[in-house]
Amino acid sequence: MRTWPVIGTIAKRELAAYFESPVAYVFLVVFLLLSGFFTFSLGGFFELGEASLNSFFTWMPWLFLFLVPAVGMRLWSEERRLGTIELLLTMPVLPWQAIVAKYLASWAFLAIALALTFPVVITVNWLGDPDNGVIVAGYVGSLLLAGTFLAIASLTSALTRNQVIAFILALMLCLLLILVGFAPVTTMLSRFADIWLVDTVASFSVLTHFEGFQKGVLDTRDLLFFFSVIAFSLFTTGVVLRSHRAG
Amino acid sequence: MIKVENLSKTFGSKRAVDDVSFEVRKGEVLGFLGPNGAGKSTTMRMITGFYPATAGKVSVCGFDVSENPIAAKVKMGYLPEAAPSYQEMTVLSFLNFAAEMRGLRGEDRRKAVRRVVETCHLDMVLGQTIDTLSKGFKHRTCLAQSIIHDPEVLVLDEPTDGLDPNQKHEVRTLIKRMGETKAIIFSTHILEEVEAVCSRAIIIDRGRVVADGTPAELKARSARAGAVLVTLHGASVEAVKEKLSGIAALHHADVCPAPEGRVTVEAFPSPDAGAERDALAGRIAEMAIRESWKIEQLKTEEGRLEEVFRSITMPDTQLVKGAA
Repeated sequence: MRTWPVIGTIAKRELAAYFESPVAYVFLVVFLLLSGFFTFSLGGFFELGEASLNSFFTWMPWLFLFLVPAVGMRLWSEERRLGTIELLLTMPVLPWQAIVAKYLASWAFLAIALALTFPVVITVNWLGDPDNGVIVAGYVGSLLLAGTFLAIASLTSALTRNQVIAFILALMLCLLLILVGFAPVTTMLSRFADIWLVDTVASFSVLTHFEGFQKGVLDTRDLLFFFSVIAFSLFTTGVVLRSHRAG
Repeated sequence: MIKVENLSKTFGSKRAVDDVSFEVRKGEVLGFLGPNGAGKSTTMRMITGFYPATAGKVSVCGFDVSENPIAAKVKMGYLPEAAPSYQEMTVLSFLNFAAEMRGLRGEDRRKAVRRVVETCHLDMVLGQTIDTLSKGFKHRTCLAQSIIHDPEVLVLDEPTDGLDPNQKHEVRTLIKRMGETKAIIFSTHILEEVEAVCSRAIIIDRGRVVADGTPAELKARSARAGAVLVTLHGASVEAVKEKLSGIAALHHADVCPAPEGRVTVEAFPSPDAGAERDALAGRIAEMAIRESWKIEQLKTEEGRLEEVFRSITMPDTQLVKGAA
């Protein structure tokens, strides 16, 4: 069977499933409200007095920390709980194709959510004269960040039939990936560890790699980091799913 | 079409399926019998490639399920136990999805969906989401997806579970009809179903095949198989007992008085009587005619599948002649 039509069919079904339940709309509203609140209120968009979306993107990792695991938690745990995984994997499709298809559908859903924040871009362009290249880079970085967290959520949702457990596990792993590069944590670490060690640990953080995008720099090392975490998580998802069936 | 060779599956230290081998040819409907937890579903999951086998080999239409899974799955339709389906989808979108997964597009897809909707009587609920359906409809929706690509091989795990008697009958008729052109394997614990539908049956217990044969062959293993039941009028218990003792093929007989001067006889042939066994009913009839007793009923027991099933899967009840 050709790979892409099958992936397309599964992804289409998966994406439609998001919009067939009210959860999708709740998610979108919460995401848009929170991103607005963080940008304008906590981020001090107006007080900064500069035409940039810095306050918008700075909060993205923290927002995604809660919202992306919420999107990804049902990926495989629901299939296993309802037994539909048996249906899906006995159709002419290879497990990796199903994993990639479901992942891409959820990623597309997050991309839609991100795209719906376009009013902030319009606002900042209306108020001043921002560097739109930096804004595009920020969006690319946000999308990659969301994809990374989502791949981790895919892995934790394969581990358990319980969506709540999948959510919490994903949240904890994502939090770890943030904290190892979070300034207060790295400052604290540097008090009793050598600087090279702190830097090595921080290089595993999504924050470290997200920073470049915020400044408008597309670095291959950052891209490589995000894509390798995604690839590793999806590969492990496959291993976990197989181990359930192998007995 | 389905070939299972020395298939085994262990979960941890538990051996769920132990060295199972059988074959299903085109035009055959194989009934898969066994108590709960005997390994029926596990075997079926290995046939459909959902579980990798611990040992052994499954091939479907000549394709090895573990080496060439896609080619094997293309040929197969599968109804999993409990008939899972995507709850939030409508019946129509679910069937469209199943058809697309099977590579059916455009007009082919529409035709296939129309065909299974008709076969499974789903036209009433096409626009409903699956979670609002009754159990029977859910089941038939899942059955519909398993036959949407008109597969050569069908694996059905308890296809009549949760259906009402009319629906059960319909599904059985459907399986029987499809069985003429496909290779079908289905599991059940309703024994009458096996007699009604299957051309062959396998009984599996604790992961092992304990009996394999046509329903008639299996029934013949029953202790009651070959017993003759007669109701006589105008005879006395003593006279019947006396005359019966003259029949050589008889092992023993229960003679009981019945209301209104009748006598009922349950005569068991002796196991080593050979051809005389089958003639037992005739001998008893001749005897009655000689004595001018009126025969109200005369019947040879075919044996009961239920009895065979029970005695094989619960070995402490001694009901069967000859071991499995």
